[in-house]
Amino acid sequence: MTAVKRSKVPIYAVLIFFAVIYLMPVYVMLVTGLKSFDEVTLPRMWHLPQGLHFDGFAEAFQHLWPNLRNSLLLTIPATIISSMLGSLNGYVLSKWKFPGSDILFPLMLFGMFIPYQSILIPLVQFMQGVGLYGSIAGLALVHIVYGIPITTLIFRNYYAEIPTEMVEAARVDGANIMGIYWHVLFPLSLPGFVVVVIWQFTNIWNEFLFGVTLTSPDSQPITVALQNLAGSQIVEWNVQMAGALLTALPTLLVYIFLGRYFIRGLLAGSVKG
Amino acid sequence: MARSRAARSRIERIVPILMITPSVIAIAVFVYGFIGWTVYVSMTNWRGLAPSFQFVGLETYNQLFVGIFDLGRFRTDLVNNVFFTILFLGTCIVVGLLLAILLDQGIRGEGIFRTIYLFPMALSFVVTGVVWRWLFAPSSGINILPTLIGLEPLNFQWYIDNTKILTFYWPGLAPILVGLGMIVALGIGISLWSNQARRKYVPIPALAFLAGLIWFLAGGPQNSPNVPIPEEHGFHPALIAVVIAASWQLSGYTMAMYLAGLRGIPEELREAARVDGASEWQVYRHVVLPLLRPITLSAMIVLGHISLKIFDLVFTMAGDANMPTDMPGIYMFRSTFVGSEFARGAAIAVVMLIMVAVVIVPYLVYSTRREAEL
Repeated sequence: MTAVKRSKVPIYAVLIFFAVIYLMPVYVMLVTGLKSFDEVTLPRMWHLPQGLHFDGFAEAFQHLWPNLRNSLLLTIPATIISSMLGSLNGYVLSKWKFPGSDILFPLMLFGMFIPYQSILIPLVQFMQGVGLYGSIAGLALVHIVYGIPITTLIFRNYYAEIPTEMVEAARVDGANIMGIYWHVLFPLSLPGFVVVVIWQFTNIWNEFLFGVTLTSPDSQPITVALQNLAGSQIVEWNVQMAGALLTALPTLLVYIFLGRYFIRGLLAGSVKG
Repeated sequence: MARSRAARSRIERIVPILMITPSVIAIAVFVYGFIGWTVYVSMTNWRGLAPSFQFVGLETYNQLFVGIFDLGRFRTDLVNNVFFTILFLGTCIVVGLLLAILLDQGIRGEGIFRTIYLFPMALSFVVTGVVWRWLFAPSSGINILPTLIGLEPLNFQWYIDNTKILTFYWPGLAPILVGLGMIVALGIGISLWSNQARRKYVPIPALAFLAGLIWFLAGGPQNSPNVPIPEEHGFHPALIAVVIAASWQLSGYTMAMYLAGLRGIPEELREAARVDGASEWQVYRHVVLPLLRPITLSAMIVLGHISLKIFDLVFTMAGDANMPTDMPGIYMFRSTFVGSEFARGAAIAVVMLIMVAVVIVPYLVYSTRREAEL
């Protein structure tokens, strides 16, 4: 192992300092979550737990399990459907441009930047009108619709990189539009799908505003349940921190194992929020 | 043969449009239709659970900006949101740029550092809010960190701090809008002046600026609508807690953008500057940083629009009735879903939409036009 160049020591010092700050909340979540009920006192917040206690996790899990299930039932179908829609839209908008498609595209993109408060009142009325208010299916529909802009954007940019000559060649061979998509573009789409699926999974899992305004207690996603758990005065801090970790775990695992693709989605012009 | 080719070309014109139609209809209804409906609701007097659509025009907006709704809560929200946005953007850009430059120095373990700085992006704002609420508990958390090395505990109240500094009086909406318009006109004028070909257009913004000036001098502010009683606004230090939590979550994003930008600068450019005798600091000052300017602009737009519509983080950290950290997004939620003041909620939402559109629409137009030119 070669020694670190002495001139770089201050750089490492600053980087490590920031790394400690970034990890501090995780440390607090872990040590608080693993403490027993009587150990969670305000002055001893930073101390390591005396032995591992999983009662906090057990109680948090008991509270959050139905909502964890809701979130899975919501996130998985919504992610798959919105990715498929985005792939088809991206294919059309990159390989089969039609008059006006270059105006249509930014008009669609605008939908991913709007504050969702500005569509929330009609959305609630609409969901009540069609009888989907308070259901997981209704919430999934909402995430599919408002996921169209971002999934279309990522796939359009992804397909723009695939040479149009391949489409032309298949066309000359007599393949039709769907045939070209299915036999030429789709088999090349795996990396694009990985980026979009990770992005949508993370965003839908983490979402809160739609979750809190469009659901009934039975259909609340885990973020809403965590907020309710944390908002009630009687719940111990170790249960809250364990609950926060449980809520964070699925997206955190995705990030740790597939971080490369997560960052690619991030830089593809996509946005959190 | 000729006929089938014509038929095929017709199919190839129609099928793509059919494929994209469901999405287009969904966006047309769920985005544009619903925005239109929200604008309409904001001009009615709908309050209470039973919808009522008596048209009252811009009265609700008038009440929000210069009226007595909730003792001027909306005005507090706007002031809070402006301060929050400035501090949040500043922190993310400074920290992100610093970390990116340091990581670009050929660091061992770069991947690990990058992973650590970016992981909060994968979390929900709700998780961030719950954890930082615990860290900012006044009698615990960060305040007792110094006691671990034997020092006195800190005494910050963090997000429940009720004090206000840099105070000023709300002057009504018109002077703010006219003042902002004058600043914009000045900026446009300066940028036109620096471009020889466009210098002839300078009189247009100059006249606009002059008109604003005359309006101020002629006593426009005194004669425009104002709040019924003078109202003190200012910067709430409680916002610092929210800025820290939000920057913790999103400064990794600016770091990733800057790092990608730094990696895109050819080494020859820096090498050439070094050959010319530039110090490492001068290389950054005169070569690298100017090339990163477009990244700063997109980071500001992306983070800026997030900060204008921020909701989840503040809601979980401080609840929906903590005035020092209140935001338009929270007030909209509370008016609509707690107070059943639907017209009021709709009007707040429309103002939020306009603020976001002012930032986003030029960006969308610019990036799609640039793409068309390529």
